[in-house]
Amino acid sequence: MTQCAILPMLDDDEREFALGDYEGAVARWCPGCGDHSVLTAVEKLLVAEQLRPEQTVFVSGIGCSSRFPHYLKTYGFHGLHGRALPVATGVKLHRPDLDVFVVMGDGDCCSIGAAHWIHAIRYNIHMVAMLLDNSIYGLTKKQTSPTTPQGFKTNTQPFGSFLPPLNPLTTTLGTTNVSFVAQTAEWVPAHLYATLRAAYRHQGFSFVRILQRCPMYTQGMYEAAVRDPGMIELLVHDDGVVAPELDKIYRNRATHDPSDLDSARRLAEDSTRIRLGLFYRNESRARYDLLRKPPKVTSSERIALLNQELDHYAV
Amino acid sequence: MTAVAAPASPELRIAPTVLNRAEHTIEIVSDAGEGAQKCGQIFGAVSAKMGNGVWTVEIIPAEIQPPPRTAEGASGNRVRFGTGPVTNGGDETNLVIAFNEQVLLGRHRLGALASDAIVLLENSWATSSNPDTRSAWDKTLAELSTKSYRIIEVPMEEQCLTIDENPRKGKNMFALGLLAYIYDRSLERIDEQIAYAFRKKSEEVYNRNVALMRLGVEWAAANLDFRIEVPTHPPTEALVVMNGNEALGMGALASGMELCAMYPITPATSVSHYLAEVFSKFGGILHQAEDEIAAVGVAIGASYSGKVAFTITSGPGFALKTEFIGLAVITETPLVIIDVQRGGPSTGLPTKVEQSDLLAALFAEPGDAPRVVIAPATIEECFHVVVTARQIAETFRTVVIILSDANLSTGVQPFPRPHLKKEWLAPELDLAPVKTGQRPYEWDARMGTSPRSIPGQPGGMFTVTGLSHDEGSKVAYGAGVHQHATTMRSRKLAVLQQTLLRPTINGDHDGDLLVVGWGSTKGAIEEAVERARAEGIRASSVHLTFLSPLQPGLKEIFSRFRKVMTVEINYSDQPGDPFITEENRRRGQLAMLLRAQTLCDVDCWTRVPGEPLRPGFIHQAIRDAALTLTGARP
Repeated sequence: MTQCAILPMLDDDEREFALGDYEGAVARWCPGCGDHSVLTAVEKLLVAEQLRPEQTVFVSGIGCSSRFPHYLKTYGFHGLHGRALPVATGVKLHRPDLDVFVVMGDGDCCSIGAAHWIHAIRYNIHMVAMLLDNSIYGLTKKQTSPTTPQGFKTNTQPFGSFLPPLNPLTTTLGTTNVSFVAQTAEWVPAHLYATLRAAYRHQGFSFVRILQRCPMYTQGMYEAAVRDPGMIELLVHDDGVVAPELDKIYRNRATHDPSDLDSARRLAEDSTRIRLGLFYRNESRARYDLLRKPPKVTSSERIALLNQELDHYAV
Repeated sequence: MTAVAAPASPELRIAPTVLNRAEHTIEIVSDAGEGAQKCGQIFGAVSAKMGNGVWTVEIIPAEIQPPPRTAEGASGNRVRFGTGPVTNGGDETNLVIAFNEQVLLGRHRLGALASDAIVLLENSWATSSNPDTRSAWDKTLAELSTKSYRIIEVPMEEQCLTIDENPRKGKNMFALGLLAYIYDRSLERIDEQIAYAFRKKSEEVYNRNVALMRLGVEWAAANLDFRIEVPTHPPTEALVVMNGNEALGMGALASGMELCAMYPITPATSVSHYLAEVFSKFGGILHQAEDEIAAVGVAIGASYSGKVAFTITSGPGFALKTEFIGLAVITETPLVIIDVQRGGPSTGLPTKVEQSDLLAALFAEPGDAPRVVIAPATIEECFHVVVTARQIAETFRTVVIILSDANLSTGVQPFPRPHLKKEWLAPELDLAPVKTGQRPYEWDARMGTSPRSIPGQPGGMFTVTGLSHDEGSKVAYGAGVHQHATTMRSRKLAVLQQTLLRPTINGDHDGDLLVVGWGSTKGAIEEAVERARAEGIRASSVHLTFLSPLQPGLKEIFSRFRKVMTVEINYSDQPGDPFITEENRRRGQLAMLLRAQTLCDVDCWTRVPGEPLRPGFIHQAIRDAALTLTGARP
């Protein structure tokens, strides 16, 4: 279904969306950029879930990955560096009927916007937040980001990054009211897709860290893991990210129950190997959006109520 | 000082002398937490309801709990009330009730009290068991004796202890009783107002407060030899009485906006206290965000997806919001920002009034970011301005900043009850499909405006961006596109300006001196101009509601006066200062703006005293300015 003009003739149930219904401008990321695979996985998810383009909003910050909404034909908000989450919060509080996705880079989410990140986890508003983490500032040309590995040379820390990198998984898992934390990688499309699907279906704030390579500045970063699937440990569980097509390639697997927060924190803390999968899911957490649902009030009711208010202040 | 030994027993009572006054200004001052503000608020509300013109000013120390018995810790309320309308806090206080001599000293040292003020002073300190307290009392009373105050010692604590065992509680209601007797206020109305003020407390609290108030009335009747009559005129139209922040909150309700995101900041926060209680009934959400930046971001996200939303802040918070304000301007996302100004820069004077955010409101963002700036001048305007702001924001797809201040935020004044209209309310969301081919920024060159589509509307899907973009919201760095888009955003202000009225001139339409003001100083400026005119000075005033765009006709109006001078509560170098020359003088913010906009030689008289400008001081400034003019005459 691609013709807007015939929309009024069709009930929502009858409309069927194909890939073309979600495609926006041609993506202008560098060839080999991980953002392309994320975009592909997201488009596949939109088709699979048959999300109505007009009911779907992608909110982003600033950075290479934040161009994301331009390449989709949904509603999009390409805002400020670090501030995607407040905008998405405003959208979802005012319009709970919309499906909201947030696209952030590692500088966006973990550095300039870190305050919003922590609080968005705690608000636990129903939305999917994707951290497209390539461990570098790419758009501004190779500066150290909070997730840049220690010793990695950049233009702002040319003798090597001074500090150990911030771990977005432990930060998220350590925050009160966390409800969904997963990690995936752009070079494992089946896992990426299955993770985003699980995130979308989660009732609450889903945080997905996507490991990415930047073909310009961090091309070698995950090279060994890309070549050798044995370096990656998949977290598997019936309630976790389920991608059976990976069974034959990724043989290094660990069973992890995503309802076990302590185990999730231990696995996230251990930096000796790369783990992909669902670390934690809990749909019984308090949800700010559900707690803040005001009643629908007609204009006549508003005026009557305000007149009652004014009565309190009447001379 | 005349220390009066008040008659102790009813047998010795003589009929009190009744002083007739057209207006009077009272203060109740205490340590923080002793409830003097509540006493003043109730007295002000009751006086308004009985038909006096009223303006109240809160006296607020910067700390929540400053050390007790300190001159700097004075907390309370000032109420100016009169037979006719009262438009400002006035000059000096005529009658003070002080809960200790130190807070009284604080007010004395600030020059807040008239030289013949009547002072009702708690006297338990004079006989304190602490020798330091007794000596402080003696020293203070000696210092106060330099003025001819009439100090009447009142055993407030001794009296209140007969009803409430906590000596820190209850004096405020006893003081209210003293005022009720002195000014002959209706006790029934006071009871009602006490019931409202303590509506969240128990019946027992109400009863105790009423009993304390009555005790004050009885003590005053038995011991005071005077009463003061400020005649009341029962109002001829329905009035409401509230403070400026309550009016802003109610205006928001009347505008139909449904989301307010804020972060606590003095003196703006009480708007959100009010909304927190009532907003959800109206279908609204008050969101306390994690910081000032998030607050404006949430408001922008909400506005982008539906009805115009708003945020409330003060100077330091406004500074943090500027990047997002620029984003709202370039994405043409409607937004209302309320800035309740306080003294600055930085943390500055958190509880005190200043008008120093004008230029920041106009120009704070890097890049060209035209927006609308409106300044309410009265409590009534605080209500209506929010409705107007929402309408302008939606119509012009733009940012509207409302500049209130700490004077309006806590000032209480009666005003005609608004006749609510459905047209004031934001319309319900229209999620109809966008017409085929409509682009996200289809700028109408005659208006600069473009139709806005919101998520949920089929066919309208597009990505807004803070990058330079064309009519299709496509990122475009071309010189022509940026020039055109910037022109269109600016055009909205030009078009709005053409719909505005010329400002009304208070006084003759020509003369020697024109005083120009904005915001909360209106009442004080007009009163000062009136006093000057009564002396034969050819002065008039105009008060600007719109600061961006400026109202039409200013240059022409200015040309009919020999001198134009702004009066503002912000900083300017004073001409007599030996460091200051015509070339290096920094001028008041409105003066700078008007000079740039009109090429007129606009002078300014500005002060940053951390309190509302007194009409008496403005009057003196007008006299001085007029004198310079007459002196310069050949």
